[in-house]
This record gives sequence, structure tokens and C-alpha cells, in this order.
Amino acid sequence: MDIKELVLQKLKENFPDINFETIDYLDELTVKFPKESVVKVCDFLKSDTALEFLFCEDVTAIDWAKRKDRFTVVYHIYSFKNNFRLRLKADVDESDCSIDSVTSVWKGANWQERETYDMYGIKFNNHSDLRRMYMPEDFEYHPLRKDFPLMGIPGSIPLPKK
Amino acid sequence: MGLESLLKQDGYFTTKVDALVAWARKSSVWPMPMGISCCAIEMMAVGDPKYDIARFGSEVMRFTPRQCDLMIVAGTVTYKMAPVVKKIYDQMPDPKWVIAMGACTASGGIYRTYSVVQGIDQFLPVDCYLAGCPPRPDNLLNALIMIQDKIGRTKASDFKNAKSPELELTSSN
Repeated sequence: MDIKELVLQKLKENFPDINFETIDYLDELTVKFPKESVVKVCDFLKSDTALEFLFCEDVTAIDWAKRKDRFTVVYHIYSFKNNFRLRLKADVDESDCSIDSVTSVWKGANWQERETYDMYGIKFNNHSDLRRMYMPEDFEYHPLRKDFPLMGIPGSIPLPKK
Repeated sequence: MGLESLLKQDGYFTTKVDALVAWARKSSVWPMPMGISCCAIEMMAVGDPKYDIARFGSEVMRFTPRQCDLMIVAGTVTYKMAPVVKKIYDQMPDPKWVIAMGACTASGGIYRTYSVVQGIDQFLPVDCYLAGCPPRPDNLLNALIMIQDKIGRTKASDFKNAKSPELELTSSN
């Protein structure tokens, strides 16, 4: 059986009540699901012996600016066993700008979630150490949001005196 | 040949103390290699036998600001790095000079963005701006020669009452 079909079949068998949306573009499989189920889906994908997505390559987000669900959190995960990459997506709205952390599944997602929090302001629930990754701790903005000006906000980061 | 041919048998010459001090100062400029990004590679090339900064008496690149009088800021200075650069500059003893090496330090360069300082002259007194991305090693030598010219024009008394800066204790980010 094709690995793509296997992933989709297993997901549908184990989570009959979740509505999965799948996109197969350029031979890359993307699975989209509601954000509430992110931890249990990730946990299943990692622990299932036929799939074994052991490696969380990346956690990032997309800011759609004017869309109803403003953000999409994106996970890229990899299975060494099947030599297969899978992309997971979950929509997050600005009014409830949070999603459950997957650090309980992949410890390596820790810093990537911190980066996503720093750049987009999406909070990761149950994260052990959700501090900013790049910007100063007292910085008030999230630079990769579409409404953040490219040159930044003047005076928001202090420079030493001449 | 050298100086001895000018001295003939007498063995002395006259000069001004200012000129002698300036000559000594400009012939032994010790750089603080503030290598932050890719310009640092070209700065390292200046130390190799081909370009050989030792010809100008500036081969002593030690990573301690306390023994340096020229800061070569080589690379992109971000807002996060700026307090560090400033702190190291403040630790250098007077008199001291600064070369802003490359487009990034001089103007922000290609990084026209929120995280990069658009020119280090916003927080450092720069003596020489160096164009290039990165500048070639001979270009850095040219900047050093310009700094030497500038030092050669100084008088010892210029620095007599130089005020040492108050070290600013910045909170760590």
C-alpha cells in the first residue's frame, strides 16, 4: 500500500470523529484538522508502529491577515522508517490565539514553538518555557505578523546612547 | 637605504614631540576585531601573508578591548548585538578609533529591516566608513591607512583631557 494511503486510512480509522482535510500537491501530503485534536493526532502519528513519525522537522505559522481564521500553524514531520514527510496544518483564530503544545510528543518542538510564539504571538498551551526566542523579552510586537511594518516600530527596541 | 643613510655620521635628528608621538601611535594601531558576520572573513584575510596587515604595524589582533585602539566593526549589527558592541567599545582605552567595515555597519546594507541597526553611527562615533559587501582586504588596508593619516595629524595634547565614558550597566536581554 502507498504510504500516503496508509497514513490517511490509519488516521480515519483511529479518529472517526475528526474531520480531516487532505491536500496532495506536488507529491506532498498535507493533512488539516481542528486545532483541539493536535496533540492526540501527533501522538498517534509518532507512536504508531507502521508510521513512526519520529522527527518534528519544523513548527511555524502562516498569517493570512484578513481571513476569518487568521493563522495557520504548520508542522512538518518526518518518518525515518518510511522515508516520508507529512505536513500538518491547524487553523487558529485571532480571538483565541492559542493551540496545544506538541512538546509532550516531540521534545524538539520546544524552541520552534517559542520561535512561532515570538514571531506570530500564538500561545502554545502546556509549553514548559514559553519565552521569546529572538526579540527582547519586553518587546511588545510580533514581527512576522502582516500588520507589523517592515522597518519596525521606531523606538520599540532601545539603542545604547552615543 | 633607510633612516641610517639620512643620519650620516652625526647620529641624531630633530623633530617635534607631537610628531614623534603621532608617528609611534599610528605605526602601532592595535585593532579590536569585532567580527560579527561575513566581513570578518575578509578581515581575517587581511592578516594573512598575502595582504599582511603586519606591514602597517597592526597585526596584533587580540580579543581584548583593553589593549586596542582601533575597533573594526565587521558585520551586520542587530539591535540585540548593539549593546554588546557599545560595551566593548567603552572598554577600550582612549584614544580610540572606529572603522565601520562593509555596507551593513555603514547603513544597514541589504538588511533594510526591523532587526538591523541602520548604520552603527547611531550609537558609535565612526571615523571611517568602508564600502563593499564585503569589502576586499586591500580596501580594509586602505581604511587603515586613512586612519593612520588621521592619527598622524593629531597632537599628543589633543587627548590630554579626554573624558573617559561612564560605563553604562545595561540590563541583559
